[in-house]
Amino acid sequence: MSERSEETPTLDELREMTPEEQMIAGAATDGVYVVHRRDRFPIPGTNAEKRAERAVALCFVIAALAGVGFVVAFVAIPYQWHLPGTPQNFRFYTPALGGLLAIMLIFMGVGLVLWAKLLMPEEEVVQDRHEHAASSEEDILMTEATLSVGLADTGLPRRSLILRSLGLAGGAIATVPLVALVGGMLKKPGKQLFHTLYAPDAATFPDTNGMVPLVYSDWRRVSPDDLLPGSIATVFPGVRALGPDGKDGVHSASSPTLLIRLRPGQVVKPRKGQADFGWPAENPEFLAFSKICTHAGCPASLYEQQTTRLLCPCHQSQFEVLDDAKPVFGPATRSLPKLPLGVDIGSDGRQYFHARSDYKEAIGPAFWERP
Amino acid sequence: MTSTPTAPLTRRDTKPRTPQGKAAKWFDDRLVLARPLRVQLNKVFPDHWSFMMGEIALYSFIILLLTGTYLTFFFDPSMADVVYHGRYVPMQGVTMSRAYASTLNISFDVRGGLVIRQIHHWSALMFLAAMLVHMFRVFFTGAFRKPRELNWLIGLGIIGLSIIEGFAGYSLPDDLLSGTGLRIADAIMLSIPIIGTWTSFLIFGGQFPGDVIIGRFYIAHVLLIPAILAALIGVHLALLVRQKHTEFPSAGRTEKTVSGERIFPTYAAKAGGFFFIVFGVTAALGGLAQINPVCLFGPYNPAQVSSGSQPDWYMMFLDGSTRLFPSWEIRLWGHTLPPLFWPTVVLPGIMFTLAAVYPFLEAKLTKDNAKHNLLQRPRDAPVRTSLGAMAIAFYLVLFLSGANDLIAKNFDISLNAMTWGGRILLLVLPPLAYLVTYRVCLGLARHDREVLEHGVETGIIKLLPNGEFIEVHQPLGPVDEHGHGTLAYAGTPVPKRMGQLGAMSPLRHVRGFFYPVKEKPEIQALLDQLEAGESEAEVETPQLTD
Repeated sequence: MSERSEETPTLDELREMTPEEQMIAGAATDGVYVVHRRDRFPIPGTNAEKRAERAVALCFVIAALAGVGFVVAFVAIPYQWHLPGTPQNFRFYTPALGGLLAIMLIFMGVGLVLWAKLLMPEEEVVQDRHEHAASSEEDILMTEATLSVGLADTGLPRRSLILRSLGLAGGAIATVPLVALVGGMLKKPGKQLFHTLYAPDAATFPDTNGMVPLVYSDWRRVSPDDLLPGSIATVFPGVRALGPDGKDGVHSASSPTLLIRLRPGQVVKPRKGQADFGWPAENPEFLAFSKICTHAGCPASLYEQQTTRLLCPCHQSQFEVLDDAKPVFGPATRSLPKLPLGVDIGSDGRQYFHARSDYKEAIGPAFWERP
Repeated sequence: MTSTPTAPLTRRDTKPRTPQGKAAKWFDDRLVLARPLRVQLNKVFPDHWSFMMGEIALYSFIILLLTGTYLTFFFDPSMADVVYHGRYVPMQGVTMSRAYASTLNISFDVRGGLVIRQIHHWSALMFLAAMLVHMFRVFFTGAFRKPRELNWLIGLGIIGLSIIEGFAGYSLPDDLLSGTGLRIADAIMLSIPIIGTWTSFLIFGGQFPGDVIIGRFYIAHVLLIPAILAALIGVHLALLVRQKHTEFPSAGRTEKTVSGERIFPTYAAKAGGFFFIVFGVTAALGGLAQINPVCLFGPYNPAQVSSGSQPDWYMMFLDGSTRLFPSWEIRLWGHTLPPLFWPTVVLPGIMFTLAAVYPFLEAKLTKDNAKHNLLQRPRDAPVRTSLGAMAIAFYLVLFLSGANDLIAKNFDISLNAMTWGGRILLLVLPPLAYLVTYRVCLGLARHDREVLEHGVETGIIKLLPNGEFIEVHQPLGPVDEHGHGTLAYAGTPVPKRMGQLGAMSPLRHVRGFFYPVKEKPEIQALLDQLEAGESEAEVETPQLTD
């Protein structure tokens, strides 16, 4: 295509041209051809032209005014949050700022676009795609030779000793940062995911034989009298010391446990070997399950009394409480782990719950090492 | 060609006299810029509305950089506990992380902080949406074909990284919703075979949630990923400049040229204006439409969750696939492969891989090894278009299933029915979409040929002497002895209505909103004269020779 570009005009020829002709000649030397070009308003001073000019200017003026308005609103409108029942003017603050900002920016943009579309000359320009063609055979030949001679100059194809040792060094240089970064971040999971803070600890809780008391999030102990039949409560291990994850019993992500009080007459079909995990041990009225969904770890916290189902709101896994929290719908595959409940008499003479042991299975989402 | 009225040039020497001229000379003496600058100013950009999607994405990225930088001045990426004592009374006295407290601070105690935070969030949503639609445009018009496969791959990389970037970003406030998202991300990592627990412990610095994740996500969100994104976007644009734009076929357009407007001044003004319009729209959204009201969610607490927990829209297809995938767990030799692994790791892997290999697959199957700079209309590549429709149908079912609890609630449908419906539709809808799209493409292509052969329907019914009624058709070009059009289909839109034939002179457009703009008689006379002269002259068509 480049043969189409005319000879570049000489300096003297260029000097005789108008700037527009010079521009077109300049474009043509670079393979850009102005095929069609016309003024939107070839006759100067028409009303239509003035109108277009005024429209563009109006946009810019509105943008400027909106900018002023933004500054005024920024300073003048009250922005601080107030309780409901008190003046709520602050509610206008963000909409006013956003609205004025939008007006300023949009009118600036529309002004620019209108300027280009209404006032700048309309043109159709064609540009060669020089890159369309492949590299010339000559270029390919010479470049290939440059590469191959360069490679031969290094001697690498012959000197396999250097090649191999260089490979070793390169490997080392690539590995060291990886080891330094990943090694620094690596933490051994060990058996952490299999344990929670419910594991008995005789040193901290000598009164209950080391068994961990159940508490609410405000550290009050949980008593069977607290719950009405059919209700649930979220309870935690009452361990104030920090666990391996750096959190105490109430804040650890593995702690949340649902304590459910069944309604009279509801009977649970227990899991194998866990028949006495409820309280009372025979014919249990209270059950405690890990609240962490066995699918993706969200708290399965929606309990429907009528159907005795627990629903996890993240992916809609449903667990049948009377079936010992077995998954009955959705993507979860495992029952919620069950906490063995026990009761002791507190210093005030009331009954309080404790966990007789840790969960028998790992709580939360499944992972490779889990049997 | 009419010329802009200009004064004849009087300059005879190369000595600059004006201050601008002197400055330009100063730079040119040092950098030798005259020619390279002119080449850049004269670069030609074709114009088509569908090309604006990529522009929206680029401008959203710039807005993200601007507003994001602002937010870093106030945000504190720390998970240390602090008791809130700010302006927002409902949260006063609540223990929370410094990250959440400083997000509340940006929203309530920093003047204008909320509007910037919301603009940031809205433009993130827009960034990904624009990229996805841009990808559709590139796919359906065949713009990914040789020589642009590399840019297709880079674009895919940008989308993938941006999804991670967006997730990292909305995790930063450490509110209840984003914490739940992080918990699920942890479960996804745990589900990876063999290295799952190690990956999770590596990322979270121990057992979930630990106290480093916000800090790590922060540096990834504000430095690492944006730097990679900026580099990829830079290469994406550099390749675009090097290979030049694709364009739709039209009169005078060839594979070897690109036609449109030059960057300076017209295209620069249009593109610059469009940047402000995009920014303005996000500003309007940020000011007028609430997004991610973290103050209503409260700080993260592993024991709590709210119903209707949805991630940002670009994560919803993963949430949907997780909801739909059945509870198929593999337990072998004392190990577990959780069902979560398939819809969250394998499925997106397959989706991105399919998208990445598609250009090469298509070239291989169609044996098309030519370079393509002219685009195809979707109807002209029915298999590709139908495959695209199939992919979109698949994605849409996943996407809607990500909100199936809200659909169930608002339309009073059983939640379990929504899950089963999604599972069935996911398998049934894509092939259906393929068949329907294929039919539509064929129908449209046939109608194009029909109009080329028989002409445009004029709406005029003629009664022949023998009593027969026929509809009069307007041929689009010369006809053969049977009255059939001889024009061949050229991959361009075929006019289908009489109004689309014939172009009016721009001088004859009626201007004026309330009443027509009238010119002074002497000016009108000049205009009429000009118009008469123009209609005599042949309409200029680009005469391109090879």
